Amino acid sequence: MADGKAKSTPLLDIRNLRIEATVYPPGEAPKNIVLVHDVSLTLEKGKVLGLIGESGAGKSTIGLSSMGYGRGGVRITGGEVILNGRDILKGGKEGFRKLRGREVCYVAQSAAAAFNPAHRLMDQVVEATLLHGTATRAEAEKRAVALFRKLSLPNPETIGERFPHQVSGGQLQRVMTAMALCSEPDLIVFDEPTTALDVTTQIDVLAAIKDAIRDTHVAALYITHDLAVVAQVSDEIMVLRHGRLVEWGGTRQIIKEPRQEYTNALVSVHEIEHQEQNPGATPFLSVKNVTAAYGGGQVKVLKNVSVDIYPGQTLAVVGESGSGKSTLARAITGLLPPEQGTVTFDGRPLANRLADRPKEDLRQLQMIYQMADVAMNPRQTVGTIIGRPLEFYFGMRGRERDKRVAELLDEIEMGKGFVDRYPAELSGGQKQRVCIARSLAAKPKLIICDEVTSALDPLVANGILKLLLNLQQHEKVAYLFITHDLATVKSIADSIAVMYRGEVVRYGSKSKVLTPPFDAYTDLLLSSVPEMEIGWLEKAIKGRRMASAGN
Amino acid sequence: MSSPILKLIAQRIALGILLLLAISVLIFAGTQILPGDVAQAILGQSATPESLANLREQLGLNDPAYVRYFHWLGGVLTGDLGTAMSSGQDIATSIKGRLWNTLFLAFWAAIVAVPLAIILGLIAVRYRNGWVDKLISGLALASTSFPEFFIGYLLVYFFAVKWQIFPAISTVYDGMPFGERMQAIALPATALTLVVLAHMMRMTRAAILNVMQSAYVETAELKGLSAFSVIRKHAFPNAIAPIINVVMLNLAYLIVGVVVVEVIFVYPGMGQYLVDHVTKRDVPVVQAVGLIFAAVYISLNIIADIAAIVANPRLRHPK
Repeated sequence: MADGKAKSTPLLDIRNLRIEATVYPPGEAPKNIVLVHDVSLTLEKGKVLGLIGESGAGKSTIGLSSMGYGRGGVRITGGEVILNGRDILKGGKEGFRKLRGREVCYVAQSAAAAFNPAHRLMDQVVEATLLHGTATRAEAEKRAVALFRKLSLPNPETIGERFPHQVSGGQLQRVMTAMALCSEPDLIVFDEPTTALDVTTQIDVLAAIKDAIRDTHVAALYITHDLAVVAQVSDEIMVLRHGRLVEWGGTRQIIKEPRQEYTNALVSVHEIEHQEQNPGATPFLSVKNVTAAYGGGQVKVLKNVSVDIYPGQTLAVVGESGSGKSTLARAITGLLPPEQGTVTFDGRPLANRLADRPKEDLRQLQMIYQMADVAMNPRQTVGTIIGRPLEFYFGMRGRERDKRVAELLDEIEMGKGFVDRYPAELSGGQKQRVCIARSLAAKPKLIICDEVTSALDPLVANGILKLLLNLQQHEKVAYLFITHDLATVKSIADSIAVMYRGEVVRYGSKSKVLTPPFDAYTDLLLSSVPEMEIGWLEKAIKGRRMASAGN
Repeated sequence: MSSPILKLIAQRIALGILLLLAISVLIFAGTQILPGDVAQAILGQSATPESLANLREQLGLNDPAYVRYFHWLGGVLTGDLGTAMSSGQDIATSIKGRLWNTLFLAFWAAIVAVPLAIILGLIAVRYRNGWVDKLISGLALASTSFPEFFIGYLLVYFFAVKWQIFPAISTVYDGMPFGERMQAIALPATALTLVVLAHMMRMTRAAILNVMQSAYVETAELKGLSAFSVIRKHAFPNAIAPIINVVMLNLAYLIVGVVVVEVIFVYPGMGQYLVDHVTKRDVPVVQAVGLIFAAVYISLNIIADIAAIVANPRLRHPK
């Protein structure tokens, strides 16, 4: 494959690519915005180029341009996309259809959403191959089964007969990779293929993708916002920001010797120094032997969980999806009354059910959610949103309330100018800040943060974490910090509870929990967090003691 | 077929039967509340008190209401719908032919309207927001906006009076040859088709457009499928449940809502029969027809529910 001829003519050669979209701001004339500003890249046969950047950097847009595809009315307005020696932008709709699924295939972020729920997996996997007539059905299915085996899917012979909902998320992501490889394309665009997965599953999928790329000699554009992930699979990395090229170089150079300041910021993100505080004498909130279940006791999601939270400190709850982290929050807040066990607050038991709790108890426990945009009423201004708890809990009105809203906005490092804005006019990080201000407005003793940084870009998430730490110092508020991201835990926690299948498997101060010897699950969790180091993936896979639950 | 599906289906059918029973109570109660006395109505103003009392006794009108209800219900369940007061004929026998006529007309209207509506909906999605889409939506909306009697008279004017292709009056009789029968119902069937077309078409379009936002539609596009294959193979199967629902509602309308069209074309169906006997205040007939209409409505909706359950792969193939 990698002969001299291939070297001279690259597989993909994008020259001065310009991509635009029309936006329709309410009450204004529609206007054109440029999403990608004259970006050029080349990719050799069998090589992997990582495209990295925050949301809005244009990485997916560039990736999809190699298939002549613009999502949601996005238009390629300039430049050339030369694939296998021809400019595909000149080929028209027919030309695009011939290359999609044959020369270039796509692996989406959420395979769970990208598979059609109405069809069996095998029919979808071989669909492109049959459509382009590159193999008969029997050949294509044989190829698919071989790929399922290569991607170490369970029951490779029969998994194709299943429907998407019958297969786990990590497996679906691998089936999708098999689907992309099945028509033997020259190039695969991986669009954040492991972002939606748990860390312990991500590592398996990542390893499977890497092996498959190596063995099939397919070239790949690997799009992600996680530099540590892309460092494991890429030969080269391209850093993008606001649709412009920041830096492009070999993987080693980018992660070890970044030349641009922005790249450096991406590399060193997550380096928040947080000195662990010693637990005080008495916790103000104690969860004692709580067992909770859904479906009238049918599905036990919390089993005999006990944790303590001390004033002004942070307890981080970590675990994979389905481990019961959010359910613990629901049990504490009374949204899901526990079947057994008690939650004590300031020395007295809290009512089990939310409806039975007095307003004062409600005020003391506030929540912030992962999805800031759906946690706010889109038709209320920031001022109304933050002012609501002031009215509700303290009866503040008029000027007094407005003054407090302005103070709160100040605390979350947003100016007065935001009072009259609507949530839709805010960025993701700003929305989350408004949610923080809203919860602070109630002057609570405890704020439960449920994956509050998971939907944010690393740099923005970092800003939010710093803000939360600052606020904790000023307001002496305690956090119950639910996350699946261990790096976040390291930067914010005072104590840690590791959850696995509804049980707390490890609990104590941060230093105690993160110091060996580890139990098997904590070890798996810790060793699965990608490190910004070439060759980490192989080392981590080798050193594992147990398989992840997602498989 | 697995057991959870069978359980769901059994639940739906049981609920339907329960609902039908509740409706039978309502229909019975409703007709009892109406002012007037059946005996008086049969014998007329000049009847003597003795003959009225005799007839009441004979008809069981002196029994308490619940006894009469169960008596009526028992009759219905054994196929005895009672006798029409106005003509003294057995209701079941006179309804049989008419119900058959109505079903025949509805069947042919549906055979044309349902596939046409779905295909037009698919085409509208394919060329969404373009002129084809707007034309289809506009025409369909126009045909629904016209009252059905207006459409009926337009059809009569052009096809029966001016061009004389089809008869203006849809007379059918027992033993009529199939071809002639089809010719007789051509105009009412067309009118019905035009009435129900738009609703189904627009719901098909909306249901598919809703699905077109999904990530799996993008996956299909990125496999190189043509726009129409994407809609047919990937969007349509996932939009089937709401489409079936609206189709069934319209089928029900074709059977129970045809009153006006049947009157215009003097077609001997259930609607005509109902209208005739409402004007004559013939309570047993109104009850019987009402119950049949309710049964049709409920069973079509049960079919829609069952089809939606069966169309859902999550229910068909549990984990």
